[in-house]
Amino acid sequence: MKMITAIIRPEKLEEVKAALFEAEVEGLTISRVSGHGGEKTVMESYRGHPLVYEFHDKVRFDIGVSEPFVEITIDAIVKAARTGEVGDGKIFVTNLERVVRIRTGETDREAVTPVTVLQKTR
Amino acid sequence: MRRKTVLALFLFGLLATSLAVLAAADPSGANTGGIANVPAKEAGKPTLEEIGAAVGQTRVAVNFVWTLFAAFLIWFMQAGFALAETGFTRAKNAAHTMMLNLMAFGLGVIAFWACGFAFQMGGSGSAMGSSVSAPEAMSKLLGPTIGGNVWGLVGGTGFFLSGVSYDVAAFAIFLFQMVFMDTALTIPTGALSERWKLSAFTVYTLVGGAVIYPIFANWAWGGGWLSTLGKYAHLGHGYVDFAGSGVIHLTGGVLSVTGLMVLGPRIGKYVKGVAQAIPGHNLPMAFLGCFILAFGWFGFNSGSTLSGTDLRISIIAVNTMIASGAGASLSYFCTWWKFGKPDPSMSINGLLAGLVAITAPCAFVTAPAAVLIGAVAGVLVVWAALFVENTLKLDDPVGAIAVHGFNGIWGVIALGLFADGKYGGGFNGGPEAGVTGLFYGDAGQLVAQVIGLGANLLWVGATSFVMFKVIDRVIGMRVSPQQEMQGLDYNEVSSPGYPGEGSPVHFPVFAKTGAATTPALKPAPAGGK
Repeated sequence: MKMITAIIRPEKLEEVKAALFEAEVEGLTISRVSGHGGEKTVMESYRGHPLVYEFHDKVRFDIGVSEPFVEITIDAIVKAARTGEVGDGKIFVTNLERVVRIRTGETDREAVTPVTVLQKTR
Repeated sequence: MRRKTVLALFLFGLLATSLAVLAAADPSGANTGGIANVPAKEAGKPTLEEIGAAVGQTRVAVNFVWTLFAAFLIWFMQAGFALAETGFTRAKNAAHTMMLNLMAFGLGVIAFWACGFAFQMGGSGSAMGSSVSAPEAMSKLLGPTIGGNVWGLVGGTGFFLSGVSYDVAAFAIFLFQMVFMDTALTIPTGALSERWKLSAFTVYTLVGGAVIYPIFANWAWGGGWLSTLGKYAHLGHGYVDFAGSGVIHLTGGVLSVTGLMVLGPRIGKYVKGVAQAIPGHNLPMAFLGCFILAFGWFGFNSGSTLSGTDLRISIIAVNTMIASGAGASLSYFCTWWKFGKPDPSMSINGLLAGLVAITAPCAFVTAPAAVLIGAVAGVLVVWAALFVENTLKLDDPVGAIAVHGFNGIWGVIALGLFADGKYGGGFNGGPEAGVTGLFYGDAGQLVAQVIGLGANLLWVGATSFVMFKVIDRVIGMRVSPQQEMQGLDYNEVSSPGYPGEGSPVHFPVFAKTGAATTPALKPAPAGGK
């Protein structure tokens, strides 16, 4: 199992979500985050005083997947989130030790795979 | 099938109703109201005296309705102030800033009812004329007699709206003057926001509403010495301030300056002496506040005739509107040119600056002069906001000093320059000719205006500075640095403006039982069922 953490442009959220659902990756969590990468600092002003935006708005996906889904997920995100400009974001893949589904107490592979997908694969 | 029946019944009903219109009584309104409505002994045949009485009372009634309605509009401006100030400040202080605006009214009205109204209007009574005025019995004006004339300093009747002031006209005047007083007191709540202790604010509101504001308002509007400069010293029509560029707005601006001198800037506003941007948390809220203020301002200015039968109200309303547009336009272009893009908060300030500047001269100037007055205000407010923050080092988050202080002064002077002499004959007991400014040939009027400004700066400045110093010494003006950093919503009031996720305060909903533990998981059958 892997935890896939992707940081993407907010305006790409809809496309990435659609690509993931297409790939049958349906269990995911998103959050609004701010980050600093290779993008330029944006200067604005408020009442005549400079206002420096060093952090840019991003959307973060947290997706726990079983091994067969790792590459599928990464491909879907990269394809949907890429514009080719600086600021497209990053994907971090880390090992996942244990997953528990709160409703049933199922663990690991059963827990990371959405019920609907499980039913289909059976 | 059933749907068709319902539709048929509905159509039939509609047809029947439209036929019933044939029996209508007076749909155009042409026949409602007439001579039968003139109170007379013999119905429909009133005598000349009876007609005269009815006309007189109707005129006074129109004036009453106009004055009260204008006062209701002005009261709604408090919502505008609350929204604008809260939008310009940070989320962690939202409930506190709103609370300041609420209680500037709540406490202020009690102080004004107890004695502020008496000090202000207690010497202004006269027989009911072409506009609403306090009853004749309210005419105890106290002040020194010089050269046979009483130079009024303070009124002496009308305490607690009782005795001689238990009177319809006195109550109408009270309502109108009360909402003006509230406006003056709520201006500093923006300038001093995000660090002001509520206990200190409470004392300020009571003293401001009972003494500081009413005394100056007496001098200008209650028959006091500034208003009689024309009658007794032949300076134009005396100090003329139609709706209060000086009485309301400059007073609010001066209170803001002295308050900030004692209070100091917010933590983080000045880094090595350089002013920093501290963006407000909700600009749309501030925009809404600005629109509400502009709407209420029609009551502020055109209501100040205290007379709905004085048809000058249309000119006043239009002057008010175009000056605000000129103010907004000029600050919009000015910030665009200066900062590269138009600044929303400064454009809001610009619209309000135009309104403040036209408040004194609105009844006495031509439309081109109104546009010019508003345009100057729109540039002045941008310059003044930067001057206040960068040079005077006063941390005014909402621009109250630039909007109300500087443009209050500009409005009072603008009247002394641009008044065209077409309106205001006999104003303040002055000459029969209209109020005339320097550019139309009367330098005396401008002198009276400058004396009024000096009196405001001296009286409001000195008394309020002493008051803030005493408050600071006795109970402290400012919250602790820790409280200020955390937000006044979590220290000065009992609940925050925006509770819930992201709130730095923990709401211990499940804190009743002792040890909070996660229940042990039972292994469930595989398959997700």
